[in-house]
Amino acid sequence: MPSYSARQRKSTIVMALCLMATLIGVVWLFLILFSLLINGLPGLSLATFTEMTPPPGSHAGGLLNAIYGSVVMTIFGVGIGAPIGVLAGTYLAEYGRHSKVTPVIRFINDILLSAPSIIIGLFIYGAVVVPMRSFSAVAGSIALAVIVIPVVVRTTEDMLLLVPNTLREAASALGLPRSYVIRKVTYRAARAGLITGILLAVARVGGETAPLLFTVLSNQFWSANLLKPMANLPVTINNFINNPDANWKHLAWTGALLITVAVLSLNISARFFGASKDGQ
Amino acid sequence: MKFSTLLAAGIALAVTATAAFADDISGAGATFPFPVYSKWADAYKKATGVGLNYQSIGSGAGIKQIQAKTVTFGATDIPQKAEDLAKFGLVQWPQVMGGIVPVVNLEGIAAGDLVLDGPTLANIYLGKVKTWDDAAITKLNPSAKLPALPIVVVRRSDGSGTTFNFTTYLSSVSPDFKAAVGAGQAVEWPVGVGAKGNDGVAANVMQTKGAIGYVEYAFAKQNAMVNTDMINSAGKRVKPKLESFAAAASNADWNSAPNFNLVIVNQPGDASWPMTNATFILMYSQPDDKAAAAAALAFFDWSFTNGAKMAEELDYIPMPVSVIAKIKSSAWTTIITK
Amino acid sequence: MSTADETMQAIPHVAKQQRARVLLGMALGDKVFALATQVAAYLVLLVLAGIILSLIVGAWPAMKAFGFEFLITRRWAPQLEPEPVLGALAPIYGTLVSSFIAMLIAVPFGLGIAIFLTELCPHRLRKPVRLAIELLAGIPSIIYGMWGFFVLGPFLANYIEPSLVAAFANIPVLNSIFSGEMVSNLSLFNASLILAIMILPFITAIAVDVFSTVPPVLKEAAYGIGCTTWEVVNNVVLPFTRVGVVGGVMLALGRALGETMAVTFIIGNSFKISGSIFAPSTTISAAIASEFAESSGLHQSALILLGLLLFVLTFFVLATARFMLMRLEKRAGA
Repeated sequence: MPSYSARQRKSTIVMALCLMATLIGVVWLFLILFSLLINGLPGLSLATFTEMTPPPGSHAGGLLNAIYGSVVMTIFGVGIGAPIGVLAGTYLAEYGRHSKVTPVIRFINDILLSAPSIIIGLFIYGAVVVPMRSFSAVAGSIALAVIVIPVVVRTTEDMLLLVPNTLREAASALGLPRSYVIRKVTYRAARAGLITGILLAVARVGGETAPLLFTVLSNQFWSANLLKPMANLPVTINNFINNPDANWKHLAWTGALLITVAVLSLNISARFFGASKDGQ
Repeated sequence: MKFSTLLAAGIALAVTATAAFADDISGAGATFPFPVYSKWADAYKKATGVGLNYQSIGSGAGIKQIQAKTVTFGATDIPQKAEDLAKFGLVQWPQVMGGIVPVVNLEGIAAGDLVLDGPTLANIYLGKVKTWDDAAITKLNPSAKLPALPIVVVRRSDGSGTTFNFTTYLSSVSPDFKAAVGAGQAVEWPVGVGAKGNDGVAANVMQTKGAIGYVEYAFAKQNAMVNTDMINSAGKRVKPKLESFAAAASNADWNSAPNFNLVIVNQPGDASWPMTNATFILMYSQPDDKAAAAAALAFFDWSFTNGAKMAEELDYIPMPVSVIAKIKSSAWTTIITK
Repeated sequence: MSTADETMQAIPHVAKQQRARVLLGMALGDKVFALATQVAAYLVLLVLAGIILSLIVGAWPAMKAFGFEFLITRRWAPQLEPEPVLGALAPIYGTLVSSFIAMLIAVPFGLGIAIFLTELCPHRLRKPVRLAIELLAGIPSIIYGMWGFFVLGPFLANYIEPSLVAAFANIPVLNSIFSGEMVSNLSLFNASLILAIMILPFITAIAVDVFSTVPPVLKEAAYGIGCTTWEVVNNVVLPFTRVGVVGGVMLALGRALGETMAVTFIIGNSFKISGSIFAPSTTISAAIASEFAESSGLHQSALILLGLLLFVLTFFVLATARFMLMRLEKRAGA
């Protein structure tokens, strides 16, 4: 056996490597944010939020139609996906707690949680776009909903399982029907956790691009028709950044900055929301 | 839960917004004419209040979209054969002409500093000429300072009319290229990185040191990219500009081409730019939405009458008056708009 | 008891009826709600079935046309007449190799960070460091793509890759893997590095979680007999959490295999299999993202078949990951 000092030296070296790994790991976030700020901030102005995406070769324009489309599709996607996710999570944690199907559903849900989002795009193309014979905001929203569901199912189940059984028993002892116990007692006890899950779902789909590519396509112009292609931030960024037009490129960076700031602040607020409840 | 209120708010927002805007003319396809179409669209909107929603998604995708009837017109740089037109009941005509130019990204090399000939360009795209200081390039450019940098070949990853015309040209000047790759809207490139659209190729070339790509001239000019000169079929060095495109275009014999099915690369003439091509519009002869078809034709009619100058500003060549007359009397009369 | 009975009798008949109605309504609501949760839960299974079914239906023409050959054909020629030649080998190669390189980089870094966080990091720094790493997982894929395209790619191509090429220039085999012939900011290697950054937070988060399942008494015992920090990690923590770590690594692998936008931006979209990691390549997801919108017929079907292959691949990787993590959870629970 090597001497203690040799072992100590070896340990120090490995730990120094771990420290280095951490420093390198932490630096990426700041490098990316730095690039986004440098390139995106100069283009940020009121016009970004009030003007439409411009034709190439111009010097003005904004991202209004793209921001609008993203907000609408995120609202619809989460609006469809979150209730389904909460209900399904409720089943797993409450009614189906001892059902044999529950572990299967949980397992499948966990896999869907990490499934490649481009596959979801293919699925919705085949299931919605082809039958409707048109790319549409509806198809995009459904694609986003399919991504939302597993996120919300997972957090809902986890959060409901954290609620102590004594609470449920106490409520049941008052003679409340089970659904009332769940809705009036368990949901309230787990409210912070449920909202955290939904915030995380919003953050997850807010920047999704792959499932939108061939479900909503995009639109140069203002369109609020849900049955037609609609402009949206991620696909607009994708189109603008792949273009040599300088104005488009600036807009793409600005859009990227907006999306990233929005998504990261949602992530952080979700964390604080969850943490504040945990601490009690 | 609050989802229902959110949902209701979203629906209300969507409904109020839908009513406020009139229908635009919708079209999709080639990226090659995108700069001139969007310029026309801008001017047309100012003149008439009618907008044009043109998605520049590539010729291949444009053909697919018009076949799927998701747009009123399709745009393609690849002239369609009579039987393909007949199969879908489509009508085709050339809308405007332009030139494809090689663009490079090399330190210290400005536009017009380099010259390439067809066979060398073909060999670069075959992966046979691998570095910028290769003898084939230095022989053509004895005075240029060329680095020992690897050539990063950039080409299209999508179905593209620009690729179709570019590979048609390379196949016509290089038997090797014809045998190994051939001409088509999407080909099996032996080398290179794929980019989407003329814009994607331009963006990639601008971003990559030692890159070469091929784009419609307007993309190169608008973005101040470095284009090369070419040696044409007469053995003369020509610069890409309106005059050399026009010289090549003037050779095109539209009157003896049925359905305007004509590829005009590698034209003879001392002043002819070798990679000149037309870009086409596809519409249904019996459209489902007659009003939309009429609106689209009104736009094209307007751009034939008022758009020539705007096209030339972007170095596109407007169709000659005689050809426009023939388009109106042949192609357009077969489209039922009433 | 008797007083309760008296009260009941004191309630007028109408009130009793009302009460019965309310109770009936509640019972009905109860049933409806229970049913709704069950339907929603089964919907999860339905989504999976829908995905598989729609992929198989879409991929069927390509399966019939190409059969098993699809997996071993190197050519990708959708334009050929009369029948296109389409093979999955190049995108499969690109998918596997890019994910492999990404894992090779991200796993040591992720574990190193997790060890630092659990064993060394001052308590006050733990949360911010973890946050900085985990927020990487929140950045949308397309942002990684454009950042890789404009910032990381050119940096690698201009500064890092030439020196790697030079370092291996005289070593056989390695000099063809690190070949300088094609160095550009669009390459398999650049895509792998972006992937490594993207999956780092997943590996780190799970490693930190499973490391904290080690009972403190085990570690304290090891420290007590004079083990160094590294020896505790190597002989106690890692063996105890091996299943969980492998599960986390597999989970990250599942992510890497299916990552789309970031890779599409910087891998170069080339269906050529090259020995050099600095050459452009493609992955299954990049091929779908860049070609699907304009494909038709057999070409489109082949792209869906690629999607099906990717789904099956990630399904097995993710299932293995979940299975291993479940085993660890069970043990931690017991």
